[in-house]
Amino acid sequence: MRATRAGLLGSALGAALFAVAIAGSASAQETIKIGALSNLEGPFAVPGVDGHRGVELAVKQHNGMAGGKKIEIIKYSSDATPDKAVAATRKAVEQDKVNIMIGPLSGDEGIAVKNYSKSHPEMVFVNGSSGAQATTLQDPSPNFYRFNTEGAQWMVGLGDVALAKGYKKMFLIAEDYGFPYSQVQGFMASYCAKGGRVVKKAWVPLGTKDYSSVIAGIPPDVDALVVVLGGSDAVNFLNQAEQAGVDKPFIGGSITVDQTVLNYKGKKRESLLGTASAGPMADGIDTPAWKKFVADYKAAFPQGFPSPSLFAYLYYINTQAVLLGLDAVKGDLSDNQSKLKAALAKLEFDGPAGHIKLDENRNAIGDTYITEVAKAPDGGFYNKVTKVVNDVSQTLGLPKAEFTKMGLGSRDVPNCP
Amino acid sequence: MSAAQWRRAMNSGAGRTAWSRPPSLPARPGPAGSAIATGTAASPVQSIVGALRTIGVRHVAVLLVVLVYPWVATPFFIYQIGGQALVLGLIALSLTFLGGYGGMVSLAQMSIAGLAGYMVAIFGIAGEAQGGASSLGWPWWIAVPIGVAIATLFATFVGWLSVRTEGIYTIMITLAIGVSFYYLAQQNYSIFGGHQGFNQVHAPVVLDIDFSKPIPYYYLALFWALAGYFFVKYLLRAPFGVALQGTRENPRRMNALGFDVTAHRVAAYAVAGVLAAIGGVLLTWYNGRISPGSVGVGAMLNILIIAVLGGMRHPLGAFIGAILFVLVQNFAIDVIARERFNLVIGIVFLSIVLFSPDGLLGLWGYVRTRILAGGVQPKIRGWGVGSTRREPARMRNGGTAADR
Amino acid sequence: MNISGRFWTWFWLAVIGLPLVVFVVWANLTNPRQFVSTLLNGVTLAALYFLVASGFTLVFGLMRNVNLAHGSLFLLGAYIGWVVGDATDNWFLAIAAGFASAALVGFLLQVSVFRFMQGQELRQTMVTIGISIVLADLMLWCFGGEIYSFDPPRAIFQTMPMVVVGKYPAYRLVVLGIAIAVGLVLWLFLNRTKVGMMIRAGVDDRQMLAASGVNVQRVFAITFAIGAGLAGLAGVIGGTALSISPGEDTRYLMASLVVVIVGGMGSIPGAAVGALLIGLAEQFGLSYAPTYGVVFTFLIMVLVLAFRPTGILGRRST
Repeated sequence: MRATRAGLLGSALGAALFAVAIAGSASAQETIKIGALSNLEGPFAVPGVDGHRGVELAVKQHNGMAGGKKIEIIKYSSDATPDKAVAATRKAVEQDKVNIMIGPLSGDEGIAVKNYSKSHPEMVFVNGSSGAQATTLQDPSPNFYRFNTEGAQWMVGLGDVALAKGYKKMFLIAEDYGFPYSQVQGFMASYCAKGGRVVKKAWVPLGTKDYSSVIAGIPPDVDALVVVLGGSDAVNFLNQAEQAGVDKPFIGGSITVDQTVLNYKGKKRESLLGTASAGPMADGIDTPAWKKFVADYKAAFPQGFPSPSLFAYLYYINTQAVLLGLDAVKGDLSDNQSKLKAALAKLEFDGPAGHIKLDENRNAIGDTYITEVAKAPDGGFYNKVTKVVNDVSQTLGLPKAEFTKMGLGSRDVPNCP
Repeated sequence: MSAAQWRRAMNSGAGRTAWSRPPSLPARPGPAGSAIATGTAASPVQSIVGALRTIGVRHVAVLLVVLVYPWVATPFFIYQIGGQALVLGLIALSLTFLGGYGGMVSLAQMSIAGLAGYMVAIFGIAGEAQGGASSLGWPWWIAVPIGVAIATLFATFVGWLSVRTEGIYTIMITLAIGVSFYYLAQQNYSIFGGHQGFNQVHAPVVLDIDFSKPIPYYYLALFWALAGYFFVKYLLRAPFGVALQGTRENPRRMNALGFDVTAHRVAAYAVAGVLAAIGGVLLTWYNGRISPGSVGVGAMLNILIIAVLGGMRHPLGAFIGAILFVLVQNFAIDVIARERFNLVIGIVFLSIVLFSPDGLLGLWGYVRTRILAGGVQPKIRGWGVGSTRREPARMRNGGTAADR
Repeated sequence: MNISGRFWTWFWLAVIGLPLVVFVVWANLTNPRQFVSTLLNGVTLAALYFLVASGFTLVFGLMRNVNLAHGSLFLLGAYIGWVVGDATDNWFLAIAAGFASAALVGFLLQVSVFRFMQGQELRQTMVTIGISIVLADLMLWCFGGEIYSFDPPRAIFQTMPMVVVGKYPAYRLVVLGIAIAVGLVLWLFLNRTKVGMMIRAGVDDRQMLAASGVNVQRVFAITFAIGAGLAGLAGVIGGTALSISPGEDTRYLMASLVVVIVGGMGSIPGAAVGALLIGLAEQFGLSYAPTYGVVFTFLIMVLVLAFRPTGILGRRST
């Protein structure tokens, strides 16, 4: 009895699946379908929405057309786990038959999607905002393009600023996974080479909220702290450090004193003013191109952030690159998109935050902005630009042989205690 | 002995079991060849013959559907829907076996599956992992058995740790073990490759068939899913399975009858561990990678959700739950505003648990008996407003356990 | 207890106790500031965990309901408390609002959903999982993913001098004080009021309680409301110490789960003991062995469950 009930239900489900599975999806000839994968769930849910906004803004500025054809954006979501990112990409590529894929958001997802792209050499995959070094340095994929610089590149030049401020001995606190490793490598590449010392590294496991014990272990003789934490972890750390009476200055990672941290809903901490940081962009960039970008973002998304976030910017330049590439080949996707691939590899353009071109691993060479937290006339905090480092590549300003010997960032690479 | 202790001793088995009805202790005679009806445990030949006799048109139909499916479906549906559902169903089957029939709901099944996947990545061929972890590069026919063996050992260990707990405590301890494993895998770089895990763990190419392609992979997953399903069905009618269900109902009595309850339970964990380990290897091949995210709390709870969605009263429930889960996960985003589809999954799950405690199979059973059988309304446990005084001991069949 | 039993007790005490003593002595000799600081941090973190876990254990102890939506109630109380605190500029009102809103939601849940599932433990657990998924997404929708931080009176939110350590956040000691106060109030409530007496009786023997004519459903509703309210209260207080954002619900849920299991389900003193153990383990692990320290707390839970399944101070009830 039970078996037959189960069997009947099984056959009913099977029949339903049949019907759905057979139905395919046909794509129009004059439309180019682009899949945009971001994070709409999980820890990056809110920045992820801004990523999609970046894509939309780029398409809007091109009037929804590129290479003479209409552009259709289909949105996909993941939750910062690589498995989900690959599943969403597979759905986009095999079920919805997109022509080009843009995404994903986080570093680990990027590595997984890059590996997936190798199984579909006939189409172009462009990065969203993922910033892991290994994506293009270890086993790169010939059809995966990253038009944004990665986590280590974002910190190049900050080491010199720290030394200039007189911080000869520093204490590091960062989360214990790939992205902070790259950021720390970017900072220490020049800091260590020019005589700085990071006397102690505190790698806190992902998800730590209570930093009081780490704060208790700060050696009293360091000049400053390097803090590479993001989002709410950064807010917690800064609050707890202030309450524990830590009076040392900070150097922040790219997401440690960004918009989300400076604009959290609560009392602003005056002790943040003057904190140096670095990244691929900053709210305080003074060029007309950047100001136009901000104005367009605000006009298109009144419910968005006061200023475009890092993710909006990164998705924006990657999408813009795709659209410019399509313009260059006049929308010709024939022959496994070979013309588009060639065009993208040679593509150079000026984004809102500087000039972008690709290296031989199809990773971007771009500008890094050194910033300082300052107070705006209306009382809010923002990041003021103090220096621009041009043409930062993945070798972080070091000679290639030396960089290859150093290897990718990890807990102990680089080290200068 | 206090009154409380006496009452507890008399009603202990029924009071703390999972809320699915014991499927093989029916109030009416079962099909010919069933162990219970004849009163003795059947020999393997007898049970196979008996099982063959119970095969009806429906079973053949389902078998045909799953066999023919790849020839009519798109590659996406074969791989991401079919393949994934079969593999997740296999892992959930281990939970259904342990929870529905053994009375021990273990959340660590996904951890066991993940450990098997990690072992295959470490002993077999995988891409370069960060921070020093390396793969030994042994061929798959050495790495896979090693992986399954290590995971089964781990499952036995989990069983040994959990066997003294019951009901909710088992859920908690297995959850804790699972989370420990997750953190260990995340923090350790020398063996487990840390946060990024292992990439490029692909199914092998055997006899010129690349098992990472959709159709071969589907048949591989189907083979193991069917093997697991029939194995579980056989085991449940074998002496071991019958004794296991007895220990779920009333361990004290089983002990008095001379069965070693602890040994049966630990063995059940081991058997479930084998199923989960095979599922884990297949899942790692499916994703092409393994990382801590694959064995995190979310993944562990997903297996529980799948098992409950389908219904823990029958092994097929695991696969039905997996199909529904995979469909919702993939297509909810097309149906509802893209940002809110987590809400959809939560509501679907909540509705099924609220209105049908036995999952989809229970729902189907209710529909069939109520509507198709013409209005005869059996007293199905878990429906409608119940008296608060109804105690677990009394709930099962209308009598107390002492009456059986 | 026979000789063999006593031997094993002393044996295990020595195996665990001796290394601990050695460690304490070594730590104090090498870096007393770090040790005392970590100790204080552990105790104050334990206070926060106790606040969160007390409601959880209360609900489980009486109604055998593992409320996995406890974390979501925590977050809900925190958000609503923030809104009220922001509107009225009064932190104490925020605490009250956090307690009240979570208590209300808890009361509604018990009366409309859990009442009909009495005795079906697994089903209740599954329903709470579903509720937590739905609540988490609704809160993400309403409040977004930003970080919310509270604004308590300056007096309790500054640095204060402390022996050995030098400077110490005053707020952490305030949390400790609040936790002790809440613990005392709970103890008084459970042991000196009529309702408390009924709750304790129900934890021991629910059937007898019903048989003696008490409206068990009303007691359940009150208990669930109090348990949920405690979660909301902890949300505001915890949110002041460490900010709130999506994802906090799972974090605190795992913490209360571990605390309650180690300390014993259904026992308030057990929750205190468990919180102390877990808080200290977490902070010492983070301070002295950061790489694997995070595994410590869960290993402690596994060990306790394996060898003392009902927790340190728990006991089996019918």
